Amino acid sequence: MTTNATSPEEIRAIALEELIRIAPDLADETIPPEADLREDYDLDSMDFLNWVTALHERLGIDIPELDYPKLASLGAAADYLHRATQPHKSASRFPCSHDQYPT
Amino acid sequence: MSNVFHMPSLGADMEAGTLIEWTKQPGEPLKKGDTIAVIETQKGAIEVEVFHDAVMGRPLIDIGEKVPVGAPMAELEPLEPDTPSARPAETRAPGKAATVAGRQGEQQTSEARPQPSTASEAAAPAPQSQAPEPTAAAERHRASPAARRLAEQRGVELTAIEGTGPGGAVTLADVKAASGQPQPAPQQKPKPNSKRTQGKPDLAAMRQAIAAAMSRSKREIPHYYLAHDIDLTSAADWLTRRNAERPPDKRLLLGVLFIKAVALTLRDFQELNGFDRDGRFEAAEAIHVGTATAIRGGGLVAPAIHDADQLHLDALMARLRDLVARVRRGGLKASELSDPTVTVSSLGERGVDRLYGVIYPPQVAIIGFGSPRTRPWVVDGDVQPRSVVTATLAADHRHSDGHRGALFLARLAARLQEPDAL
Repeated sequence: MTTNATSPEEIRAIALEELIRIAPDLADETIPPEADLREDYDLDSMDFLNWVTALHERLGIDIPELDYPKLASLGAAADYLHRATQPHKSASRFPCSHDQYPT
Repeated sequence: MSNVFHMPSLGADMEAGTLIEWTKQPGEPLKKGDTIAVIETQKGAIEVEVFHDAVMGRPLIDIGEKVPVGAPMAELEPLEPDTPSARPAETRAPGKAATVAGRQGEQQTSEARPQPSTASEAAAPAPQSQAPEPTAAAERHRASPAARRLAEQRGVELTAIEGTGPGGAVTLADVKAASGQPQPAPQQKPKPNSKRTQGKPDLAAMRQAIAAAMSRSKREIPHYYLAHDIDLTSAADWLTRRNAERPPDKRLLLGVLFIKAVALTLRDFQELNGFDRDGRFEAAEAIHVGTATAIRGGGLVAPAIHDADQLHLDALMARLRDLVARVRRGGLKASELSDPTVTVSSLGERGVDRLYGVIYPPQVAIIGFGSPRTRPWVVDGDVQPRSVVTATLAADHRHSDGHRGALFLARLAARLQEPDAL
């Protein structure tokens, strides 16, 4: 499920590249690593899902829905994806609880 | 005898289109549904399709030329006589050889190019056009004298304006709405868009188009509004469980459940799924759900998901993904823009609680979904936190009443309690 070791810089570049593929107008922007992609760059749920799908396919890592909040910004996403590509420290499927839909 | 392919109407708000490219060359055979050309509209670059099998004939307009809806674009030659499919197609659509797509044909003509054959049309004593070019569209076009003068002053083609007066006559207000401020830039430049800008709609032109359609809606359609809070917990839980087992490309969004639930519920509420035709209701034969999609940077389009009630959720999701991607990149098809029978507008996760829609004429209803929220909710006598969404219905009171509208929302709520059945 994991790719060969990819550097954090490479991961970040990949994340940005895939983002621009989904929202081509962002190509002209300089996106700060901490900027909230949904709030500040108006990604809707379909855009976000398409981005996750592209990252999943490109990097071969599992990105469960519960982890979506960890990909809120480019910087956070790069960290998350980098960790997930490290063989020794792969992301657990349900690393923490979110109470989006309490029962 | 050759037929003529006309600039299609892609909805009540379209006035004209600019030819970007021919995707077929003279002599090439065309199959029904083939893309014949790409046109630039307020909604971006749109692929237009032929209505029946034919052979590409002589182009009648040049690349970069902007022509009004209904203007001739190209000749179409019939297939060889021994080809069986050539005849039936011609007899089915006499005088109207090509249109964007089968489903859309009727809507196109009666909406954007009013047919003089209908009763109310004949009753409207609007003057005949004195346009210098006696195209079919121009001959039929009606306008008030004041509208005609203003259109001349502002250099706007009357034939390019959607009339809202009696029998579809162009009024002064229509010309104002269509021309905006004097000498609007988007109307004036007949430049061919380069590949680079293809698919990116002209936002100023789109704003104008939305303004015209929405003004017409608010002027003509007596909307009534209903809202209903729907407990989404079981649907959201079902979705979470389902998505947890699937890779991202197989996951669903809640919005897909909304579209499917609306489409299924509409089967029992014909009066909400169809068109207003000069005050008469025409029920649609299928359920094509226009899905309002915001364009990054401003504006929106509502391309149709055809036969949404018959699509499995996975197929529906794939269609929605594809539509959104093509809204972003370009490549929407004329048939998708022209034939929704109803509209669904979903705010998604980052919106507000309620959305009151404005009906897109000539449709008669729009269903809105606010952002789902965790709210206190009473279940079996106890207050619990539940995921709740407010669904709204705006409908045309000429064709349905609040009682039926309320039943519709109640049935919709019931359907969303059983996501397995969607």
